[in-house]
Amino acid sequence: MTMLLEVKGVSKSFGGVVANHDISIEVPEGKIIGLIGPNGSGKTTLFNSIVGYHPLDVGSIRFEGKEISNLIVPQIARLGMLRTFQQTRIYGKMTCVQNMQISVSHRNTSIAHMFAKFSPEVMEKADRLLEFVGLFSKRHLMAGDLSFGQQKLLEFAMALMNDPKLLLLDEPTAGINPTLINGLIDRLKRANADFGITLLVIEHNMRVIMNLAEHIYCLAHGEMLAEGEPADIQNDQRVIDAYLGAH
Amino acid sequence: MSSNNKPVLLYGGILLIGIFLPLALPAFQTQISVMWMMVTFALTWDILGGRMGYNSFGNIVFFGVGMYASASMQHELYFDIGQFEVISDQFNLQLTPEKYLFGLGLGMIVGAVICVALAWVLGSGILSLRGHYFAICTLGLGVAVGELAGTIDYIGAGSGMAAPVFPLAMGSAGLFYSYFFFILVVVTFFSLKWLYSTRFGLAINAIRDDEDKAEAMGLHTTRYKTLAWCVSAFFLSFAGAGFGHLNGFIDPLDVAFPGATFGVWMVLMAILGGKGTLWGPVVGALAFHITQEFFWSTLLGWQRVALGLMIVIVVVFFPLGIMGWAREKWPERFGHILEEESS
Repeated sequence: MTMLLEVKGVSKSFGGVVANHDISIEVPEGKIIGLIGPNGSGKTTLFNSIVGYHPLDVGSIRFEGKEISNLIVPQIARLGMLRTFQQTRIYGKMTCVQNMQISVSHRNTSIAHMFAKFSPEVMEKADRLLEFVGLFSKRHLMAGDLSFGQQKLLEFAMALMNDPKLLLLDEPTAGINPTLINGLIDRLKRANADFGITLLVIEHNMRVIMNLAEHIYCLAHGEMLAEGEPADIQNDQRVIDAYLGAH
Repeated sequence: MSSNNKPVLLYGGILLIGIFLPLALPAFQTQISVMWMMVTFALTWDILGGRMGYNSFGNIVFFGVGMYASASMQHELYFDIGQFEVISDQFNLQLTPEKYLFGLGLGMIVGAVICVALAWVLGSGILSLRGHYFAICTLGLGVAVGELAGTIDYIGAGSGMAAPVFPLAMGSAGLFYSYFFFILVVVTFFSLKWLYSTRFGLAINAIRDDEDKAEAMGLHTTRYKTLAWCVSAFFLSFAGAGFGHLNGFIDPLDVAFPGATFGVWMVLMAILGGKGTLWGPVVGALAFHITQEFFWSTLLGWQRVALGLMIVIVVVFFPLGIMGWAREKWPERFGHILEEESS
């Protein structure tokens, strides 16, 4: 099985705070991998390290076998690895359709592309993906006027628009009401199965992550606590202790 | 009247004004030239300030550089530079119309190339600053360039330089430059209208709304930002070249790099009209210039007070600007859709 993403021995500290210590994870192509851990365990820091927000202290990150720890955020994004944000980020003063259009892949953008109109294929794809997340009827509304949950869906659709190979989702279900969550799990699975996008998901909702992920890593206090199948993680005493604070 | 006729009537009306206004008011030709120049100022400022969310106080740099570049080209072509330095004030820079126009055209092209290159170099550096830091840096840039220009002997240093005299055979300079600036406004307006409809337009909007997100989506943010400034610099250099020749005398601080007047007015006019809207800068610049001239002629001594008061009123009651306010009030007329479609 080919590894799409290999994180080896990554450490990152901010001053005296060790956010990540010697973390290694592997994301095989085509899988859905989960990343869990109590608040402050270093999950988002790890995401930030992977997508190039800050330099690593130690360690190596490889994407499709290529070392990426020295690249900057937009370069990594153009390789085909995207992240969504815990605090949802969309372009508020633009319509949903415009949000989608500008999210097309920028992998092979020349100067000529920058001054060209969007092709009918892009328009059609934007509509199709908005339909996929259920926002088609709102496509001409300002993205900033959508509800929080709808903005999350839009952000997900924007990520799909970009044709990523690997998508890092930071708490995709946070702030979404329980009935919508089921729909979102279904869509995440379809994005994986139908569009062939590998997913690495941070999630606090145990029901969601146990349902979704094929393999789970659990962080606590910046260290790798446990990894394994969802069922193993669920029954791992260390994981339960970490979550319930038995230290 | 069907909605399809509206733009035609609007553009036709503006075209008629552009053609006949200077003929109807020959005494105001210079003011009309400056009025169109103000529209160019507001339009070019709005590229960064309105569409991209980068408040630049240094765009005046490109105005002055374009001005100096075009005037220097005239001197390079037709006059011995030593001769010009010795007798700069009394020296009569008379040219034939052919020479004048050729020098002006070549000077504008050279000026535009220099300004675009300068915007690229400066932009690659300081466009990585965000928010207030960018604004302060460009403010410093505007001041610094004016002072710097006053030390360069080649362009007359602090005592300034003279542009060639407008050839008598070509009639009125005011009329010529009224049309020149009107054409500049039209070309700038339609170029920007087209640019905003391309990927470039959405990209700079995205940078305005959330630059971190744009980066995370793989957008070439630096490239787009630098290009946007280059577009701004390109059109401003023509405005500078035209104004230098219209004014006849180029002083580094008062004419070429007047940061406290033109430099600030660019910002005010765009905000007054409504930044980030297509027509806002046009409306804002016209309203600003006309009221300014009106206050100047009727409230002499108090004109700046009246102008300041007007700006305060606009900022307090119409914080989105004239067109921004109109867009909030009648969003449908601006093509915004508020209701979701029933499926």
